[in-house]
Amino acid sequence: MAAISVAGKAARPTTHEGRLWRKVRQNLTAHGFLFGALLCFGFFTWYPMVREVVMSFQKTKRGKTSWVGLDNIDQLLQDPAFWQAWRNTLLFTLLALVLGFAVPFFVAVLLNELRHAKSYLRILVYLPVMMPPVASVLLFKYFYDPDFGLFNSILRALHLPTSAWLNSPDTAMLSVVIASTWMNMGGATLIYLAALQGIPGELYEAAELDGAGLWRRVWHVTIPQTRLILSLLLLLQVVATMQVFVEPFLLTGGNGPQGSTTTVVYLVYQYAFNFNNYGAASALGLIMLVVLAGFSALYVRLSRKAD
Amino acid sequence: MSRTGLVRRSVVVAVAAGMSMSLAACGSSGGTGGGDGAAKGSGSATLDPAAKVTVSVDCQPPVTKAAERKQWDQDVAAFGKLYPNVTIKSKDASPCEEAAPFTAQLKGKTQTDVFYTYFTDLNQVLDADGAEDISAYVNETTVPALKDIDPSVLATLKDGGKLYGLPTSNYKMGLLYNRKLFKQAGLDPEKPPATWAEIRESAKKIAALGNGVNGYGEYSATNQGGWHYTAELYGLGGKMVSDDGKKAAFNTAEGKQVLQNLYDMRWTDNTMGAAQSLKWPDLMTQMAADKLGMYVGAPDDITYMVQTLKGDYEAYGMGPMPGAKAALLGGNDYMFKKGSSPDQIKAGIAWINFKYLTLGKGQFDYARTKTDGLPVGLPQPFFFTGASLAADNKAKAASATVPVQNYAPYLAVAVPGKTEPANAQQIYKVLDNPVSAVLTDRNADVAKLLADAETQVNQVLASLQ
Repeated sequence: MAAISVAGKAARPTTHEGRLWRKVRQNLTAHGFLFGALLCFGFFTWYPMVREVVMSFQKTKRGKTSWVGLDNIDQLLQDPAFWQAWRNTLLFTLLALVLGFAVPFFVAVLLNELRHAKSYLRILVYLPVMMPPVASVLLFKYFYDPDFGLFNSILRALHLPTSAWLNSPDTAMLSVVIASTWMNMGGATLIYLAALQGIPGELYEAAELDGAGLWRRVWHVTIPQTRLILSLLLLLQVVATMQVFVEPFLLTGGNGPQGSTTTVVYLVYQYAFNFNNYGAASALGLIMLVVLAGFSALYVRLSRKAD
Repeated sequence: MSRTGLVRRSVVVAVAAGMSMSLAACGSSGGTGGGDGAAKGSGSATLDPAAKVTVSVDCQPPVTKAAERKQWDQDVAAFGKLYPNVTIKSKDASPCEEAAPFTAQLKGKTQTDVFYTYFTDLNQVLDADGAEDISAYVNETTVPALKDIDPSVLATLKDGGKLYGLPTSNYKMGLLYNRKLFKQAGLDPEKPPATWAEIRESAKKIAALGNGVNGYGEYSATNQGGWHYTAELYGLGGKMVSDDGKKAAFNTAEGKQVLQNLYDMRWTDNTMGAAQSLKWPDLMTQMAADKLGMYVGAPDDITYMVQTLKGDYEAYGMGPMPGAKAALLGGNDYMFKKGSSPDQIKAGIAWINFKYLTLGKGQFDYARTKTDGLPVGLPQPFFFTGASLAADNKAKAASATVPVQNYAPYLAVAVPGKTEPANAQQIYKVLDNPVSAVLTDRNADVAKLLADAETQVNQVLASLQ
């Protein structure tokens, strides 16, 4: 048996390396493309990540880079802004989920239920996403102006107490979240709408035959049917909102009144570009990476379940 | 060597020698020439006129600033006539420096051979090992006006006794005010307030004009709250850190006074408006719209308000820093990329000297500036002293296109310049908090805010040791 086998394959390579080489030669073009993509990923994505991890444990002073162990993390832990940034980021995430998750879902359900003008309204809802963030921010800065802004003008007209909006540590973060929700709602709404449209129509018909109104249809059909997709989007939104930077940076200059809108990513930016402390910036990025990796692992588990 | 080659070489040497003599005579660029005999690597030697050298320089004005661009190109051409063997490779840049790209350039070692920086960048540049020590190349031959450059300005470009850059412009903070609003409020625009008590009184009268006009304005975001706190503390004679730089030194009566002034104007006098968390250029925008009476700033804010925000030169005046004990100074300079050859450094110094440090030339060619429709007469740059300062003021007044008398109160008081503390941005970030607190929280406790900031700055400074 062994002799036949040897004789039969004498002319062809039998080792693992040989087979691999043969496969590579057969798919040379594909491997060429793959190599290019891997090179790009390696250079622009993986290498910076590895460098970030390395730099987290280094310090550069007068051109000399030295290993400092956990000193950078120690420095971060001593910085009161570190804890404040985490508190602010978690607050933003929480508020963004309450508003940024619920409002687009609600709008998507409404759009899904509509019989007329659906496309028109869909465009209207998506419109803010197409606006450049800076333009949206300028708009909201005007809305929020405590003296002449639109919001306080409306409140005054209704004889209601006005708010300091971005000018008070108590309301600054909520104001950022409201603006952010408005700016990003269109994209989330469309995703929810796509998920809603995947629900078989018979289920709604059956529910309607049973006399279910809008709220019962949402509660008993829409939410159970989209539960998994909603969980995935929720996790994605958590990961995205925890990396918030643009909105507070543009609306309040990053810190906000008494540091009330300083987020973790803004603090990374400050350490890197204001303080030129790449070590601490990298260490903070690494901590962020670990936290987000936890959420991502959860996402992967859920997406497997969804498959 | 062939006969033709010998002749050509002789001509080159003769032209070089003649040129260097004429340069020495006019004293504009100090090219005493060393000819072939000059030691190439010697720092004290001036640029060898025969040496072929190319230097890249950034901060060439963008095409959108037509007049400035034209002047730059003219200066490059004129410099090329003086130094035919030097090629200036200009790099268009607007703005000249932005924190994120600048940091990336230093990290990637991609800055130009002669690169633009702010006075506050020295530590960052040295930490990135980005600049050459030019001490040996800068002397009264290469930079004839050297003796008249304010030592406090040069000090900002020194580390460990070594010089790393040459200044091109600078400023001292003072009190900017809107003369139009002063007149409307019945105040004398020729006599701006000089103390915080006077500022409070003036602010009340200006705010009483109503129609959304604020008496006084202050930044409190993006580290600018801390920056202005420092300026105002210096004005009162305080300091931010101890002499050895290891401890915070602002939790003093002067430090409290700075915050208390702001608190009182915001909440007791109600002269600062409700919109706070302001950052550059918010105050300029307000003043250019005639909605703000006063704020602490630098003379080049006036240029920004007129050129960018379409304000009016006649409308703005400048007084000395309130308190006048010291004025925070800042400015711009050029440094020389680490690894540059001695000839590149010498050529770079010659260019900076020609463009920025020679009276009557480059940026000091006021007649040309006037012809080109650019402002002449603003009290900036501010780095000359002695004979150079006198000559500059005279030349400036002769070609003035802006109302120089509006800045007379600022120039009349000789307030000493004081540099920013080391690691300024980290300290400013901490001080943003108390400044924004007194402007956004009616219940702000000045003493506690300052004590907390002191603890935090001490932590920051300890982590940087």
